[in-house]
Amino acid sequence: MQALGLLRRNFEHGVYPAHHKNQTEDLPIQRVPFVKDYVMPLGQHIGVPSRPVVVAGERVRRGQLIAEPGGFVSTALHSPVTGTIQKIGDFRGVDGRFAPAIRIEADAFATQQIDAGNAVDWQSLSLENFILAVQMAGIVGMGGAAFPAHVKLSVPDGIRIRSLLVNGAECEPYLTNDYRLMVERPEALLEGVEIVRQKLGAEETVIGVEINKPDAIEIIRQHIRPGQPVRVVPLKVKYPQGAEKMMIKSVFGREVPAGQLPRDVEVNVNNVGTIVAIADYFLRGLPLIERVVTVSGPGVTYPANLIVPLGTPVRDVVRFCGGLKGGTREIIMGGPMMGRPIASLDVPVLKGCSGVLVFTEAETARRKEYPCIRCGRCLEACPYFLNPSRFARLSKARKFDEMKAFNIFDCVECGCCTFACPSNIPIVQLIRTAKDDLTHRKESTG
Amino acid sequence: MTKKDPDLLLFHAPLLRQGMTTPKAMRDVIYALLPATGAALWFFGLSAVLILGTCIAGALLAEWLFATGESRTESLRDATAVLTGLLLGLTLPPGLPLWMAFLGGFVAISLGKVIWGGLGHNLFNPALLGRAFLLATFPIAMTTWVAPSGDGFASVYTSNLALPFMQAQVDAVTSATPLGMLKFEQEVTPLANLMFGKTGGSLGETSGLLLLLGGIYLWLRRDLDWRIPVSILLTVVIFSAVLSLFDATRFPTPLFSVFSGGLLLGAIYMATDPVTSPITPRGAWIFGIGVGVLVMLIRVFGGLPEGVMYAILLMNAATPLIDRYTQPRVFGRGVDSP
Repeated sequence: MQALGLLRRNFEHGVYPAHHKNQTEDLPIQRVPFVKDYVMPLGQHIGVPSRPVVVAGERVRRGQLIAEPGGFVSTALHSPVTGTIQKIGDFRGVDGRFAPAIRIEADAFATQQIDAGNAVDWQSLSLENFILAVQMAGIVGMGGAAFPAHVKLSVPDGIRIRSLLVNGAECEPYLTNDYRLMVERPEALLEGVEIVRQKLGAEETVIGVEINKPDAIEIIRQHIRPGQPVRVVPLKVKYPQGAEKMMIKSVFGREVPAGQLPRDVEVNVNNVGTIVAIADYFLRGLPLIERVVTVSGPGVTYPANLIVPLGTPVRDVVRFCGGLKGGTREIIMGGPMMGRPIASLDVPVLKGCSGVLVFTEAETARRKEYPCIRCGRCLEACPYFLNPSRFARLSKARKFDEMKAFNIFDCVECGCCTFACPSNIPIVQLIRTAKDDLTHRKESTG
Repeated sequence: MTKKDPDLLLFHAPLLRQGMTTPKAMRDVIYALLPATGAALWFFGLSAVLILGTCIAGALLAEWLFATGESRTESLRDATAVLTGLLLGLTLPPGLPLWMAFLGGFVAISLGKVIWGGLGHNLFNPALLGRAFLLATFPIAMTTWVAPSGDGFASVYTSNLALPFMQAQVDAVTSATPLGMLKFEQEVTPLANLMFGKTGGSLGETSGLLLLLGGIYLWLRRDLDWRIPVSILLTVVIFSAVLSLFDATRFPTPLFSVFSGGLLLGAIYMATDPVTSPITPRGAWIFGIGVGVLVMLIRVFGGLPEGVMYAILLMNAATPLIDRYTQPRVFGRGVDSP
């Protein structure tokens, strides 16, 4: 069975949404101009919020540390522009709630040029200092989850990493930011791969790319130095190919046991953008102050792939793209399958923001919900082999505890079930409701 | 700055959908039944039109009567009542009095679906529940079979027109079904007649090939779980192959078993009703094998010539239990840590 899985290079189940990548896939990455106001939320990564090290009125330079990690599972923040700290206080976040952030006003007329930072001699760094350096560079998983990268790279004693798996699947429709990085900066990618692989002590690097990006596969292969232990593995175009456990199944034919991490099967997975960010820090001295964002969707005038300084309001990014078309109804930060809707155009671009997707009436029209007829399409879609139909029923009946017996916490909310449901039942939403209830009730009683 | 921002919605991702909707899936089943319905009209003429029409009318009336407010038109629009009425009609004898057919359609929806909580909540297949009700209430009318009349739309069986609560006068030439002939007279109907429909029997069960055709359409549209018809038919074939090894004259051949009676109609269109069959793949196999075994047990050892209806209803009852014990192995569970 395992040999068969290897032959097919795939994970089972999943769905096949239309790619929608043609709007932006041929557009080279360009830089958006600097604007006036920037907002850097202290909690834009998973984990403990960062702690500010600047005060209002202080002048900061682009790339300067403005907040230090608030704990181990936390990361540093740097100013995306040269300017003045305006306020440290509560600002509206992605979900519409207020959360602590730092507002910076950019200097008018500043060139925003930064001195070529010093390359860090990564080879002589001890593993401990390397991990600290990644944390202080503010690098997080750039695929969307924004999990601090240094935590992922910290491998406990006694666990050995055999392979570094670089995630270039980009299975979310519309998004082309990873694709453009692979095509435009293969050298940086392969440099970063070498740094991470050697620090992890891994034998080889595997770069997984869906086969709808043949030129990315070709260009990376051309740039691999002779003798460099890197393989590019073409993967079937299927959602969620880029979910790390699915990709491990596709590439290595192994299942990561539930509740365990990729390192438990001797693999470390990192997104293409994360690897490039690591290369940019260690070889060029650039902390994480900007990222590539795909601006696309039917509601945006000129779709684009952009380098956006972190903290730039979505309003300015969209304005650079010619503004919103009439009939805009919803803006998603991230991909259309797992991204989050934003409540206001003033929301800033964050470290985990891979896309700004603008949707119109056609995609957001209220779809009539029908009763579940137990057709089983969600079961055939779920890459975790869960029973989403049962989850939806139990959640509607508020029988949350019963859902634990059906492994609700194995669900990664990839959205395949909701995509596949002919009755338009918001299954993922129902599952999240149940998970929230179960975790918060546990907190309040425990 | 001057222009007002759009009012942004916060619909939860995923925003994309694959395009199939539940009413579309229901309509697909109706389309798949059209060839077999056409055959029923061809063989039984106006009587078929009247029976199917009254069944659907009864189903629609029940749906409309028990729904309230806005959901009234909605529940009629999702095509499930039409489908239930059509399926029920196809299982009825062509000479059945129309008022019984109407009552059957009404009972199928009201007792088969509405009292359970509506679409998606019923335990038993509504069409089969309606048929079981008719068979229990009007045993004679439900087992009086007429041969295809041959004069098309010119005439109607007079038994169709019996007044409510009056027993029907049987006028047409009665003819036993192939299964009845085998059971009670040890007479085997030629296979070609079974396939193309020149046999006595219910409206929809006379032409096996057209039923298969619709099944292939549904399979291509991914509207049915192929495991269920395949496992039912395989079980029946194997079961009767073994039996006919013992006594080829008393027991039916595998092909006869497949093409006679309501097996194809039941296996393709009723056992696959997603609401009342298991949702898990392994459950579907168990369900199908169960139906197949029960069909053969009833046909061969029971007092009735045909058993598809009871076989499916019995397995419907077992569906929640089957589902509970056939959950697929969750990804990452039950694998050893390295």
